[in-house]
Amino acid sequence: MFNKENPMKLVNALLGATAACALAPMAFAEGHEGERGRDGNVSIIYWQAPSILTPFLSGGTKDTEAASLTLEPLARYDEAGTLTPWLVEEIPTVENGGVTEDLTQITWKIAPGILWSDGTPLTSADVKFTAEYCMHPDGGCAQLTKFSGVTSVETPDEKTVVVTFDKPTPFPYGPFVGAESPILQAAQFANCLGADAPTCTEQNFNPIGTGPFKVVEFKPNDVITYEANENFRHEGKPAFASITFKGGGDATSAGRAVMETGEFDYGWNLQLAPDVIATMEAAGKGKAVAGFGPLLERIMVNQTNADPALGPDERSVIRPHPIFKDIEVIEAMSMAIDRPLLVEVGYGQAGKVGCNWIPAPPAVVSTTFDCSTPDIEGAKAKLEAAGWVDSNGDGVREKDGVEMRILYQSSTNAVRQDFQALIKDWWEQIGFAVDLRNVDSSVFFGGDPSSPDTFQKFYADVEMYANTFNGTDPQSYLGNMLCDKAPSPASQWQGENMSRFCSEEYDALYAKLTETADAAERAEISKKLNDLAVAGGAMIPLVHRGRLSAHAHSLGGVKLNVWDSELWNVADWYRIKN
Amino acid sequence: MITYTIRRLLLAIPTLLVISLVIFLLLELSPGDPMSQVPLTVPDSVKALMREQLGLNGPWYERYFKWLYQFAVVEPMVFFDWAFGTNITDGWFRMVSWKSRGPVFDEILQRLPQTLWVVGMAYVVGVLIALPIGIISAYRQYSVFDQTGTFVSMIGFSVPPFFSGVLMIIFFTVQMPRESFFWFPSFYDTTLVVDSWASFQAQIRQMVLPVMVLALQTTAQISRYMRSAMLDNLNQDYVRTARAKGLSEWAVVMVHVLRNSLIPVVTVIALGLPAIFGGAIITERVFKVNGIGDQLIGAIQANDIPTVMSLTFIFAILIVVFNLVADILYGLLDPRIRYD
Repeated sequence: MFNKENPMKLVNALLGATAACALAPMAFAEGHEGERGRDGNVSIIYWQAPSILTPFLSGGTKDTEAASLTLEPLARYDEAGTLTPWLVEEIPTVENGGVTEDLTQITWKIAPGILWSDGTPLTSADVKFTAEYCMHPDGGCAQLTKFSGVTSVETPDEKTVVVTFDKPTPFPYGPFVGAESPILQAAQFANCLGADAPTCTEQNFNPIGTGPFKVVEFKPNDVITYEANENFRHEGKPAFASITFKGGGDATSAGRAVMETGEFDYGWNLQLAPDVIATMEAAGKGKAVAGFGPLLERIMVNQTNADPALGPDERSVIRPHPIFKDIEVIEAMSMAIDRPLLVEVGYGQAGKVGCNWIPAPPAVVSTTFDCSTPDIEGAKAKLEAAGWVDSNGDGVREKDGVEMRILYQSSTNAVRQDFQALIKDWWEQIGFAVDLRNVDSSVFFGGDPSSPDTFQKFYADVEMYANTFNGTDPQSYLGNMLCDKAPSPASQWQGENMSRFCSEEYDALYAKLTETADAAERAEISKKLNDLAVAGGAMIPLVHRGRLSAHAHSLGGVKLNVWDSELWNVADWYRIKN
Repeated sequence: MITYTIRRLLLAIPTLLVISLVIFLLLELSPGDPMSQVPLTVPDSVKALMREQLGLNGPWYERYFKWLYQFAVVEPMVFFDWAFGTNITDGWFRMVSWKSRGPVFDEILQRLPQTLWVVGMAYVVGVLIALPIGIISAYRQYSVFDQTGTFVSMIGFSVPPFFSGVLMIIFFTVQMPRESFFWFPSFYDTTLVVDSWASFQAQIRQMVLPVMVLALQTTAQISRYMRSAMLDNLNQDYVRTARAKGLSEWAVVMVHVLRNSLIPVVTVIALGLPAIFGGAIITERVFKVNGIGDQLIGAIQANDIPTVMSLTFIFAILIVVFNLVADILYGLLDPRIRYD
């Protein structure tokens, strides 16, 4: 009796709650939430067909991304390049105590309640096993660099993983982060360590994962069928009950299948001419989406002498380059290039003028250079001032008896040959004589030490290709320009410093980067390193290239991610109903 | 005849061994590297380890004999195990693709049905169309039918499938409305299981375009052979004799002339059969049919030597065998030819 109103309030509250519960699904129905598998099948086309679903044995983007539907890392990058906890509770940092003060140890806490698709729980033992799998000396693991510096992976309890590095590691998010370094199930891969790894066909074709989908059937180099993982940790996800993941054909037919015929819902990496994309979009079935990672099309400038008259132990080994020893020459070459035209001709909406070696993420992009306006006259004047003049009237400048005759090589690719022709013309206008050469990409990028045509050997004066880095931290990529990374006979022509750039200042600053933990300071150093390499003439940046993919208008939830797998948020994809 | 066959088969063994060695050496000498498709973000030192893992560091003869052993001993024994349920090969190292790390022969077996269906069907369709065209063209030489047939054959000969295939796709897939009966898919769906009338129809529909493109080429070839063989025979004396005896035109052409004209044509058809197993590299690529031809070109691009070696060598075996089959058929069909 003493409080008659209270029960009524309770009833009201309950009624309200019930109403809210009843209303909630209705609200979801208008949006795009509901029960798992409600939207049927989604079809994806990758014009390079996946061959294997264990990223550690392949390293190919197509394989990594196909596997990412099933296998997941502890943390990954979102579409903005922010590190996001995926199978863990939070990203360990020095502030939250997850990374030790001396930067040699990182502790990951696996989130509770995560199950493998076979129903067993994900534990720290699986994580430890994954490290053993990739770090096995006989394994030939493609992602070994992710684990560089790791001395031990310990598991104090079922949900805790402690990774120890051999030295202070300011960026400890290499192992178990990103689509290239997902977690394998220890129980499934137990007999697949080291030399046995390739014999585990069943495991490699059908890995058990924690992801939103599980493999039903894998036909190597052809098609993969997935179905929704009933043990997936998020209620009501994924919206699709199954995925057909077709591989093969070429970029044109993939683009056509998504945007013109509507046979597929999602098409990956459509490297097509801008006008072709526009024609396809006009058909009205789908649209192209672009995202920009750190991929840069550039011309590498050989700092060593590539004269064919030199012997195999000296060609592209001894310094300096007879023409490029004058930094003004490289500056003039860069000034003569009309980059906006290159973007328009080659990449359209999937390209931007590139002036920096590190063009993304925004935090580490230098603003020192502006290269968007070509200046042929200025380039000529620069060469004159540096003493390069055409004294014998053959149209080619010379200095001290050395003529500006160069060989410009690249891989065989329609856009690259267009670029070569345009750039040759600009350079010849300022007084160069340019010979062009293109090499089949399987040879050029193949790295066969016995072939004279690889980009590592660099038997040419300049060469053009594109390169990028995984994730958002450029440290290991910046390491590519260290003096000791130059390919040479002593290293069996292995190494990433193609231009053989060598600067004590650069090496010293890089050493400082590896010891710096503060993010802002790291960004500053990265920018300086970028400036040193570009101003030092290691390369001429051309185009900051984006990734262009296409999806059907009826496919919702796509967030193109260039920092991780493109299929990173496939659990959130849904069908837009008319 | 039997001794002849046995002799030919025995002679084929050294021939095939030489062929396999030549293929191996050609691949060995050609530039290219299985690591070329691995992204540049993977450093050279890691690629070197991966190469070592593939067994690329050994001398060439060691790799050749390893391949030969796997091809000639391990894989047949695996088949034996599978067929008779034995376990002899447990723990043996099977031939593994460098690209997928899966057994090469499993993938070949997975892809063979698609090739046999599509390319084989195209061959059958092509031959069935070509024979009547050749017969009528020859019988009514220089008629409108013959001229049209010649024109179509020339198109079939001269238009490459990468052009006719794309043309078909643009016409029947892109331009044609999706609801139309004449809309055909440009992607071959391998996951389709034929278990009902509807799925059977879908299977037929997805085979229409590639079969059309391939059949045009077969028709062009075979119909020309058929026509010239018929023309050779129509002018022979025995034809006049047959007519003089008062036989009907049907009996003269379809019984006397056709039977004699078929002898060279059958040989040509038999010699074309290995090409079915070889798949149609370009057409399979254009229509995304996951057949043997598609597998071969994919393996070549990725420098997947075990797959390239095995496929090309299987083609070599088929060509040698079908040459023998053609010779034997010749002997059976033509009483004037005897080998013993």
